[in-house]
Amino acid sequence: MNKSSGVQSTGLTQEKLLEVEKVSVYYGAIQAIREISFHIAQGEIVTLLGANGAGKTTVLRAISGLIKPSQGKISYRNEIISKLSPDQIVRRRICQAPEGRGIFLNLSVFENLDLGAWTAPDPKTFDKDLNQVFELFPRLGERQNQNAGTLSGGEQQMLAIGRALMGHPELLLLDEPSLGLAPQIIEKIFEIIQKINCDGMTILLVEQNALQALHIAHRGVVLEAGNLVTQGTAQMLLSTDEIRKAYLGE
Amino acid sequence: MMLEFIQHLVNGLSLGSIYALIALGYTMVFGVLQLINFAHGDVYMLGAYIGMYTAHFFQLGQNSSVLALIFTITVSMITCAVVGFLIEKFAYRPLRKSPRINVLITAIGVSLFLEFSGQLLFGPDPKFFPQIFKPSGDWSIGELKINPLQILVFFISIILMSVLQTIIFKTRLGRAMRAVSFNHDLASLMGIPTHRIISYTFMLGSGLAGAAGVLVGLTYPKIDPLMGTMPGLKAFVAAVLGGIGNITGAVIGAMTLGLAEEFLVGYWAPTYRDALAFGILILILLFKPTGLFGVKQTEKV
Ligand SMILES: Nc1ncnc2c1ncn2[C@@H]1O[C@H](COP(=O)(O)OP(=O)(O)O)[C@@H](O)[C@H]1O
Ligand SMILES: [Mg+2]
Repeated sequence: MNKSSGVQSTGLTQEKLLEVEKVSVYYGAIQAIREISFHIAQGEIVTLLGANGAGKTTVLRAISGLIKPSQGKISYRNEIISKLSPDQIVRRRICQAPEGRGIFLNLSVFENLDLGAWTAPDPKTFDKDLNQVFELFPRLGERQNQNAGTLSGGEQQMLAIGRALMGHPELLLLDEPSLGLAPQIIEKIFEIIQKINCDGMTILLVEQNALQALHIAHRGVVLEAGNLVTQGTAQMLLSTDEIRKAYLGE
Repeated sequence: MMLEFIQHLVNGLSLGSIYALIALGYTMVFGVLQLINFAHGDVYMLGAYIGMYTAHFFQLGQNSSVLALIFTITVSMITCAVVGFLIEKFAYRPLRKSPRINVLITAIGVSLFLEFSGQLLFGPDPKFFPQIFKPSGDWSIGELKINPLQILVFFISIILMSVLQTIIFKTRLGRAMRAVSFNHDLASLMGIPTHRIISYTFMLGSGLAGAAGVLVGLTYPKIDPLMGTMPGLKAFVAAVLGGIGNITGAVIGAMTLGLAEEFLVGYWAPTYRDALAFGILILILLFKPTGLFGVKQTEKV
């Protein structure tokens, strides 16, 4: 069911991990997204692009079950998940690092990470997982007993990602991990995203920072005012002049 | 002079610890739901009656031992926890997405329901709380006479509060409760079942109120179906004083209120006992609405 001619093989397995089909979401009377359809294959990084207010976060909220679509459905591994509660969806191994560095500012770094492991399939791997997160983000290890509110912006973002990793995601949802961070830190975070993808994790990366996101993504989906306007391989999106101008800020 | 002071101090700590047990329930529920559970004082009333009936049923009034007291408190705490669970499940959970005012009106409705049910079931007249623990007499230290019950109430409260403190700050359940009180959506993105955590919070708070009911029956042995109103309001003031949502603040606020009341009554104006709490409430709301230890609530999305 390819909706867009842009959807092509990326050299990865074509097994659809997540499929979003004609999903619409309302906040009260306001329609935030309109009949959005796209999919994510196992092993891909798909980036969801669009300006502020385009509806990107709403798509992630719908996938995580925080808001119910009024139309359409979302399936994961061929199971419809759009009727499940958020905690049931996390148990399907879909973990999200929410936007605005959504971490628990009233808890310590360690406590944040521990809550990320709330649904981890095997409690015995906790120490190993924690060490892996500290290897990726050494600053978090140094500051594990500090209150999360005392971290810098970049560290908070690392905590949000690290905490999501503690839940053993098969699909990782990242909502604007680069927002408000210094260029070197953005680069570092993108490197890490690419690394965890190479280790086998499927990622949906929401970004406004389109060029940088397309450089690490396999495919991109572009939203504008709640509508999906185009989707295709990263290469294709990067090479189309029209798209560069309209959506990539050139 | 000094003797009188110590006397008031002991009374104040004992009264304050009872307020604290009730205030903790207010503050915890407010933490996770931003709701003032007006029925909370009535759960404390139920706790006293359950204690009374338990004591009658097992004829504990005759053995009068610490064990009998612990048993009565335990039964009352468990029953009140179940009541708290049911109140949350049937009155508040269906309104999780409703406007705040609807929930507030429901809370008042639940409170009235419990008070009238109490009058219907237990009778409107005051009843005597059996003496399940009767000390053999006052402790005298020189000329100082202290009622051991006051000390006992204080220590039992401290033990219960320490257990609560441990649950909230040292266990995963407590961590989840703090996560839910920070932000429901964020907590559910961790896979935390927020409804269940909210249930547990009600159960913990109601259990403590149940214990407070028994402890009050022990020291002021007349109980009636409307006995929850005034201590309920005062514990609420104590929670606001300490910064509502703040666990440690609630305890400090309650102790402050208990001591202030006893000293006011003892030294100055016995008839103004109940006015003090409201005076404090007005001052706090005017000058420091976040309470003494409150931080500004993080705004929810
Ligand atoms: N809680 C909400 N209530 C009402 N409208 C909302 C809410 N959240 C988002 N919106 C609206 O939905 C649209 C999409 O928002 P969002 O998904 O947050 O966009 P993005 O993440 O792309 O910036 C915007 O117009 C926004 O104003
Ligand atoms: Mg957004």
